[in-house]
Amino acid sequence: MPPIKGLFGDRISRELFLTGIIVGYGGIAGVVVGVPLVAYLLTPLFKPSPRLWRDVGAVSQFKIGTTTEVRYSDPSALRWAGTTSRAGAWLRRDSQSGFTAYSIYCTHLGCPVHWIQSTGLFLCPCHGSAFYSTGAVAAGPAELPLVKLPVRVRGGRVQIQTKPIPVIG
Amino acid sequence: MSVISDFEQPNVTQSESRPLELPGPVGAVYNWLDDRLGIDAVIRPILVHPVPRSTNWFNVLGSATLTAFIFQVVTGVFLALVYVPAPNAAYQSLQWITDKSLFGHLIRGIHYWGASAMLLLIFAHTARVFLTGSYKYPRELNWLLGVGLLFSTILMGFTGQLLVWNQDSYWAIVVGAEQAARTPVIGPWLAQLLVAGQVVGGATLTHFFAIHVFIVPGLMFALIGGHLYLVIYQGISEWPEPSNIVDPKTYKQRYHELLEDGIPFFPDAMAKDALFALFAGVVVILLAVFFGGAPLGHKADPANYVTNPRPFWFLIWYFALLAEIPASVENIVIIGFPAVIMLWMLALPFYANKGERAPSKRPWAVGSVLIAALMTAVLCYEGYQSPWAPRFDANGNLLSVPTAVVSRLKGSQAKAGAQLFHSAGCIACHMVDNVGGIRGPALDDVFQQYSLPRFYQQVAAGGKGASYQYMPAFGTILDATKMAELAAFLKQVPRVERTVHNNALHAAKPARGPVAAGSTLTPLQRRVLNRCIAEGGAHLATCLIAGNRHP
Ligand code: FES
Repeated sequence: MPPIKGLFGDRISRELFLTGIIVGYGGIAGVVVGVPLVAYLLTPLFKPSPRLWRDVGAVSQFKIGTTTEVRYSDPSALRWAGTTSRAGAWLRRDSQSGFTAYSIYCTHLGCPVHWIQSTGLFLCPCHGSAFYSTGAVAAGPAELPLVKLPVRVRGGRVQIQTKPIPVIG
Repeated sequence: MSVISDFEQPNVTQSESRPLELPGPVGAVYNWLDDRLGIDAVIRPILVHPVPRSTNWFNVLGSATLTAFIFQVVTGVFLALVYVPAPNAAYQSLQWITDKSLFGHLIRGIHYWGASAMLLLIFAHTARVFLTGSYKYPRELNWLLGVGLLFSTILMGFTGQLLVWNQDSYWAIVVGAEQAARTPVIGPWLAQLLVAGQVVGGATLTHFFAIHVFIVPGLMFALIGGHLYLVIYQGISEWPEPSNIVDPKTYKQRYHELLEDGIPFFPDAMAKDALFALFAGVVVILLAVFFGGAPLGHKADPANYVTNPRPFWFLIWYFALLAEIPASVENIVIIGFPAVIMLWMLALPFYANKGERAPSKRPWAVGSVLIAALMTAVLCYEGYQSPWAPRFDANGNLLSVPTAVVSRLKGSQAKAGAQLFHSAGCIACHMVDNVGGIRGPALDDVFQQYSLPRFYQQVAAGGKGASYQYMPAFGTILDATKMAELAAFLKQVPRVERTVHNNALHAAKPARGPVAAGSTLTPLQRRVLNRCIAEGGAHLATCLIAGNRHP
């Protein structure tokens, strides 16, 4: 095989030249296809869940001093999300117009905490964390207090501002 | 063709490599096919290649894992014919497969029990290869491919559980994502990529579906191809003898000499593989017939908190680990533990590819496998017991004190106490008469060990004991009357024979003396409590309540 002139004047063998073409072509094709594929995969990072106010009921339907579960629909849910488009939170009416809302997700690893009115504690079924009615940790392994969600009253209706799953969002 | 010639020379005896000469029309068909497929030239030599005479029943685990994989692929494809990977239909489509389609129950059952079988087999195979030192020269790369297959199989088990799209699936994703989020720096991004968004919903299930049916299985096909190629190219490792030290300079020579006295893979060695795979297959099918597929449970619903999420069995030990380690080392364990295991497995064939193979000469290898197996077994037991979790009835309501106990109580105060033991949630963590949770000690005989003030102090201030023993402070939740009622009740509960494991009462270290800063009480509660403890006596509870009113 007679050597041919390389691009930069070096003499390279025909084999090396052809190998270069194969590898180079493969590399370019890989980048051209790969970049959009990776970007497509990363979509979730560029589409944060919108934070919207959701109506969870009339003020009058909550008794002062009690904590109840409220449900609303998640604003980022896709049309086919089914029951997973639902979201839950614990809402306490502290006073005439004062409300506190807690995220349902345990601050340990995210299992759903369960308010028990008669004990005045939120309990987690997974690894047994407990939280006082203030959201403070009553028993581990959780170390952080429950996450509070913003609440407001508008026209006699209670509204909660949605938040992504704590830690993840 | 060096693969083939490698084995042809020393290994295949004359009679085995001679072309098959079949009579009549069968022979004609065979010759026609052989001419086009190269049966005599390539396929038969591979089938009949000699393997060491010392191969035995421990060598069947890998091929049984492969058989389980094939079962999984076939049943998985059939399930995918009907399953709808959309959150609003996935659960219903599985219900339809289970209840309406012909044999759908059985196919889901085989896929479910087959998954368990494959996991068990691949764990056993990995342990066998490690214990017999078969990962040593020249099979280092095959160990790495095997490690890839092991982690792929675990990933298949995890993603498979998610596709059921029930409550366990939903919360397993959330817990998995929260763990991923603990990774330094990139944690939150990882978590978002895992759930394909900031909430678990429409896009999450399709991602996991694609991972479970396309990405990981595709990878596994490639890994299995490479794994089998290397098994044939390097040959099955001989059963280790203590005297045979692996030395890269002499190993291949010795191995080839060993093969001169080998037995053909087909049919001699393969017969064991086939018999064992048949046995495993029968067990899987019987389990599938009698127990069916993965329990469907309740549909995934983030707003339904009445649930008790647990992972699939092969991860339950990890779940237990997360409950029992102190919070201070949690991040290190969640990320570090799997990372260390993986790195160790990847590094193993490079730092230990020579020397002894026999388990009898490798006490560290045998010991570490035994310890790992024992720890896993203990953690699995703990995981299923979940002693740290408060106990509820099936509807997520608090348990009640057994009527047998209540009917024996005298006086309204004690009866009110029994009611309180239920409603204040004591029973979620403490047993009386063998009913209740086991996070804290059973309280049948609490007053044999605690004085009344000590009891009030424990109830009011709570405290942290070993591991998961961690009692909330009820000082601001129960008033003096209520604490007295509880005491009256517990004094009358007769001591019972324990039928369930019980945490010793003294294991919980109460906040004795001044309550330290950093406990779960607010500074105000702490001040009140410390003052009341200082005043001491039987009036602790009264003092606490008065203190709360006038701090
Ligand atoms: S997730 Fe709540 S205790 Fe672990």
